[in-house]
Parts: sequence; structure tokens; C-alpha cells
Amino acid sequence: MYVAVKGGEKAIAAAHRLLARERRGDESVPEISLEQIRQQLSLSVDRVMSEGSLYDPHLAALAVKQARGDLMEAIFLLRAYRTTLPRFGYALPMDTSRMHVRRRISATFKDVPGGQLLGPTFDYTHRLLDWGLAGAHEQEGGVPGPTEIDEATNTPGTPDMPRVLDVLGREGIIESEGRSDDPEPGDLTRHPLTLPAGRSMRLQNLARADEGFLLAMGYSTQRGFGNSHPFVGEIRMGEVEIEFVPEELGFSVTIGEITLTECETVNQFIGSGDARFTRGYGLTFGQGERKAMSMALVDRSLRAGELGEEVRGPAQDQEFVLYHSDNVEASGFVQHLKLPHYVDFQSELALVRGLRRDAAGKEEDHER
Amino acid sequence: MNAEAMPGYNYAYLDEQTKGMIRRAILKAVAIPGYQVPFGSREMPLPYGWGTGGIQITAGIIGPDDVLKVIDQGADDTTNAVSIRSFFARTAQVATTTATEEATVIQTRHRIPETPLKSGQILVYQVPIPEPLRFMEPSEAETRTMHALEEYGVMHVKLYEDIAVHGRIATSYNYPVKVEDRYIMCPSPIPKFDNPKMDDCPALQLFGAGREKRIYAIPPHTRVRSLDFEDHPFEIQAWDEACAICGSRQSFLDEIITDDRGGRMFVCSDSDYCARRVREQEDT
Repeated sequence: MYVAVKGGEKAIAAAHRLLARERRGDESVPEISLEQIRQQLSLSVDRVMSEGSLYDPHLAALAVKQARGDLMEAIFLLRAYRTTLPRFGYALPMDTSRMHVRRRISATFKDVPGGQLLGPTFDYTHRLLDWGLAGAHEQEGGVPGPTEIDEATNTPGTPDMPRVLDVLGREGIIESEGRSDDPEPGDLTRHPLTLPAGRSMRLQNLARADEGFLLAMGYSTQRGFGNSHPFVGEIRMGEVEIEFVPEELGFSVTIGEITLTECETVNQFIGSGDARFTRGYGLTFGQGERKAMSMALVDRSLRAGELGEEVRGPAQDQEFVLYHSDNVEASGFVQHLKLPHYVDFQSELALVRGLRRDAAGKEEDHER
Repeated sequence: MNAEAMPGYNYAYLDEQTKGMIRRAILKAVAIPGYQVPFGSREMPLPYGWGTGGIQITAGIIGPDDVLKVIDQGADDTTNAVSIRSFFARTAQVATTTATEEATVIQTRHRIPETPLKSGQILVYQVPIPEPLRFMEPSEAETRTMHALEEYGVMHVKLYEDIAVHGRIATSYNYPVKVEDRYIMCPSPIPKFDNPKMDDCPALQLFGAGREKRIYAIPPHTRVRSLDFEDHPFEIQAWDEACAICGSRQSFLDEIITDDRGGRMFVCSDSDYCARRVREQEDT
């Protein structure tokens, strides 16, 4: 005899107890601290802050820990917290040309004012598993000391490091950055997206978009679904000060410093006599070079309409990109399929059985 | 209001500014029945697709004097219904009930209760895809224009094609309706069995789509017509069986598989309705 499913509440509580246990793992292994996550899984923390749209390494580390390392779950945790925070104002626009640069490369010029600076990058590492990291303690002398660091980098934070695209801009050979038709940025987290979306709204959407999604979209443009002929004008990563004007003071004060990765691409030119290159832009919290580059590719391809290019690839289609880029939305909706659908399925079952009955009846008529 | 409901959070989770924004969207929705009002949907601590639109509406309208009922698939004890009910019990310290007639606010996923709703009650639907034309036209810019121009030809063509291919309209849930002879509206994925309950309903019906950022409404006593053709009139599902628990022949039945040899039974999907009938039968 069927017993109606009762006790959902008990089942949920029991599931959560199991989850807490699984999260902790074997208790004879020391618990991981937020500071360890911040320091040693810093790129996880950076991604969670970027897509969670909240610059707070401590909370992001907490979210990573609570989510058992599932970064999308961590992003969701951070977003759900962020949305409850009050706004007390807007910072002044950040000037990334005044960044204390820790990494800066240009693929368009062999040398640029301020020089090329590799910084802490996976680039040119050979992807061989480092057995030295597998032991309980990192090998003696495995971690470079401060003196070695100073030798490896020329003075970090060189103040005189103009953005490469600004140099091109002075020549007038690339489109200017400021646009008069989209002056005051909206706020995607307070107002629903409306279409067609201006560039500031699109960039907000892309900034919190899923890295994997942007990577695939950007990649698709390289393979012919809306090519935009990109060159990496510049990638820079480092610390930028945030300035804020409190109403009661009336002048700006520095309220903090955040790490950013910025990518500017130089793309397909427009015009002929007055030919000039176009731009794509990507920006992330922390170190997020893969995403910043993908974002710049997608930003540029989404400008197809504005630049009079034919919209042929998914990455050029605003609705396609902007409505499907958010992993909190996508993950929720895909996974809602595991919720009960008894009623809808029962309705479909009755319909399909009815169609089959109709067809069987017709066949009998035919045979008679 | 009790600000101490959950430390660090406002009453009913959302801040008052957000609630005001949601209430303005609801007022607009009530003023234009069946029209999808865009609103600044927030991230909620429950996943998108799991009822965040309904939860935001409920959070926007609920107060300490309300009595809340939450159902999923018609039942109060399905896991997601339990989860949403406990969310409001925790954040708004609101009284909850499973009895349809006692509730002032009923949040639902996929069903309208069998017990007729009364004036003063509010039924809040969770909506996954609010756009009835979406699977005919994927572009939101296009479908908004189609609604504005009342250009609903594609919908009638779709229903006609069903009849041409299957001999009947092959939509069994989420069956499109026309509200007050103007907007074609998605009733959310309720079975078409429930569609007639929307027409001239004395309760206020509110629809929330969190991920898609839309709110729409059917004010009390509004005309809601399920789309059909003169020679193929709208019909609802019927079962040969009666509910195995309460014996009802009037309610929507869920099929339960009882063994692996084709054994099955049918029971009411509305657990409150079914339990009440059993109580009444025991009393007599």
C-alpha cells in the first residue's frame, strides 16, 4: 500500500546534516582556514568575487569553504548576500592608467612605455605535475624569497605606465573611448535588462558572466562565428585605488585598493580614408586574465549592430549572450528540473495515452 | 514590524526599498491584467527556477497578520514547498497553514487548489517562463512587440497545427489563456485542468518570474479564457479512476507506480483537499 510521502521537513534536515559532514570530511585531517583559502586558493577567491559581484576576499573564501570548493555554489552564496547590502553611494570612476601594475603585457608592440612585465603568470610554465607540492611540506627552498622576487621583476608599481591604447588614441588611429550616446551607466542589479542594451549594461552583464560561457563565446568568434580580428593591445593586472566623495566632505578620499585585471583589444578597423581600429574591453576583480580576454572578445562582437556589421554568430547576438551568461540564473533553472513535476508529467502522460488510443481506434475502424 | 525575525536581515528578507519596488510592479500588473511588468528581480537565497519570483512577491506583500500556505504539485509536504514555507516562517515569523480556506496568501507551483478560493485571498504563482509566445519566437524584443500589437497569429497557427497533426490541441499544461480579451498569458505550468478556476476568480492572482524578471496579475473577477476553436472547444483532463484515498472523482489525480508489474493507483494531487474529505467521511 502506498503511503503518501510525508516528512519532507525531516528529510531536508537529515540531508543538511549529511552535507555538513561531507563538507568537513575526515576529522583527523585539520580543518582548512579562510586565510589558507585566501592565500593558497586565491584564484578561486578571485573568480568568486568577480562573478559574485562583490569585492570581499574574506567572504569569498568563506563561500568557497561553505560550498566545498564548488565555485558556482560559492558565487551564488556571495550574490545572495550582496543583494541585501544597502548602497551608500558610488565611487568615482577608477583610473586604471594609475594602476600599481604587477603584470602588464602588450601583444601589439615589442616595447611600450613602462615595458613589458610578466608578473605571476602560468604562461610559459610547462604543465608538469610538481611532485614537490604533493608532500606534507613544500620542499626547502621551493618557495622563492623576497630578494629573488626583486631580481625577477623590474620595479613593480612603476607609476609611469600609460595604457597602450591611449598611446594609439593620441594618434587618432583607434576609436575614442568615451561615447556620448551612453553617458550615465545603469545598474543591472537594480533594474531589469532591457533590449537593445547599451554598452554599459552589456559590460556589467559580462563582468558578472560565467567565465566558461564567455570563454566559449569568445572562442566561437575566433573560429568564424562572427570574427572581429582581435589583437591584445594590453593586459594589465595590479592594484587600483578607489576614491569616494562623501557628501559631508565634498572632496574625494581614497577608501581602499582593489586588484583588477584589465584587457583591451584592438579590433577590426572601420572606415577607409578615416580608417581607425575599434576596441573591445574586459575587466575582472583579482587575477582573471582568461575571463578578461574572453570578455573583451565578446564585448567587441556584441558591438556588431552599432558598427554596422552583419550579426551572424551567437556571440554577436545580444539576447543570446546577455540572457544566458549568468551562471546563477542558468544553474538554478537547469537544476530546477529535479524538482517534482508530477502534475505536468501526469498531464502529458494522459495526453500521449489519449493520442495512442485515438490512433488504435482509427486502425480498428480501418480494419473493419 | 518585527525586525528581529532573522538577525542581520530585514523582515521577510528583502529590504523595504525592494519591497516597495515589487509592490509598484504588482500595482501596475493589476492595472493591466495579463501584461508582463519587468521588475528589478533580486538574487534570493534560493536558486533561480525554484520559486524566486513567487517568493519575492510573497515577501513584498506578506505581513505579521497573514496566514501562509505553500504548495508544490498541489501538496503542502513536497520538499520545495516545505523549504519555502520554512523560509517565511523563519524570516517573517508568519503563521502557516495547510488548510486552503484558512490561508490569506497561498504560494503555489504547478496547481490551483481544489477548494474554491475566496475574496480577500491572494494566490501567488511561481513562473518559470512567463512568455507564452517564447517557444514560437525566442526573441524577447520580438515578443514584446507582438503583445503590444496584439499580434497573436502564431499562437493560433500553433494550436491549429496541433489539430492537423494530432487531431487535438496537444498542450496539457501551461495552456495559454487570454485575459480580459486583451493579453495572451502564460498560466504557469498548471495542468489545463486548473485553467477554468482562473476565470472570474474572487481571489487576486499574482504571477512572479524571478529569473526572467517579470510580474503579472489577474485581478479578482477577471475574464480568463483558454484559447480554443469553435469546432475544437477547450476541454480538461478526466480520469476513469477515483482517488484511492478519498474517492474523489472531481480532483486532479497523480498516478503512483506501486510495483514493477504495471500496478498503479491514483490519488489526489491536492493533499489538503484529500485529507479534508477523509476527515469528513470519518465524521459521518
